[in-house]
Amino acid sequence: MRDTTPVKMLDVAIASDPDEARRVQDAIEQLLKHFDYGEHDVFGVRLALEEALVNAIKHGNQMDRAKKVRISCRVSAERCDVVVVDEGPGFNPADVPDPIAVENLERPCGRGLLLMRHYMTAVEFHPPGNKVTMSKLRQAPHRNGHT
Amino acid sequence: MSAQPPRRRRLEVEDIGDVTVVNFTDKKILDEQNIQVIGEQLFSLVDELGRRKLLLNFGNVEYLSSAALGKFITLNKKLQAVGGRLILCNIDPQIYEVFEITKLNKLFNIQKEEQAALQAF
Repeated sequence: MRDTTPVKMLDVAIASDPDEARRVQDAIEQLLKHFDYGEHDVFGVRLALEEALVNAIKHGNQMDRAKKVRISCRVSAERCDVVVVDEGPGFNPADVPDPIAVENLERPCGRGLLLMRHYMTAVEFHPPGNKVTMSKLRQAPHRNGHT
Repeated sequence: MSAQPPRRRRLEVEDIGDVTVVNFTDKKILDEQNIQVIGEQLFSLVDELGRRKLLLNFGNVEYLSSAALGKFITLNKKLQAVGGRLILCNIDPQIYEVFEITKLNKLFNIQKEEQAALQAF
């Protein structure tokens, strides 16, 4: 029988380990698929999550497995909201150089925030910068859509 | 201390004339450790094996992250420094969008098909 729960939640704290982050991404992808989100939405949320988790694990927690990353996610048929919190000192997103400025185009890093902002409907960093909230409003069509 | 990344081959490399064609064995070029290994294996083609014309075929790739883009930028710089060339091809529309968002479609030579890419060298 089909699960008709209107909202699915996930709330976990993981070690600063990319493998654990991957499992969380997989779980959130499954939640999106449960609500039949389109391929482009799933791709975008997954990529934004990857960038947020890499930021948290690598830059926030400095790959220290003893430090945790907390991920809270709420998915409904209409939207997906994700909160990622690390134990690092935070950062000011305004200090990140614009990666699409001509002079920065060949910099090997600094594109994560750009991708998060592109693929999510809203992205907000909360001072001191170790907590990010991201929201994705579902793109039409609602069902079986390749949006 | 974290474990060493697995050293399994993440690239399939084939020479077609004087062009080295690289296919990725991973569908998702996301994981930091995997990206590190992919970077090392790509750089060694230039630094150790002296390859100068590299064609990256993305036909197998479904996801990639900004960390992977960084490796391709470094590879491009390495090749430019030694008078070589890097061309990318066979990029899925969703992946191509990532190149467009980051404006890297203007930095890289990107061709639709492998055959067209081979002729573009």
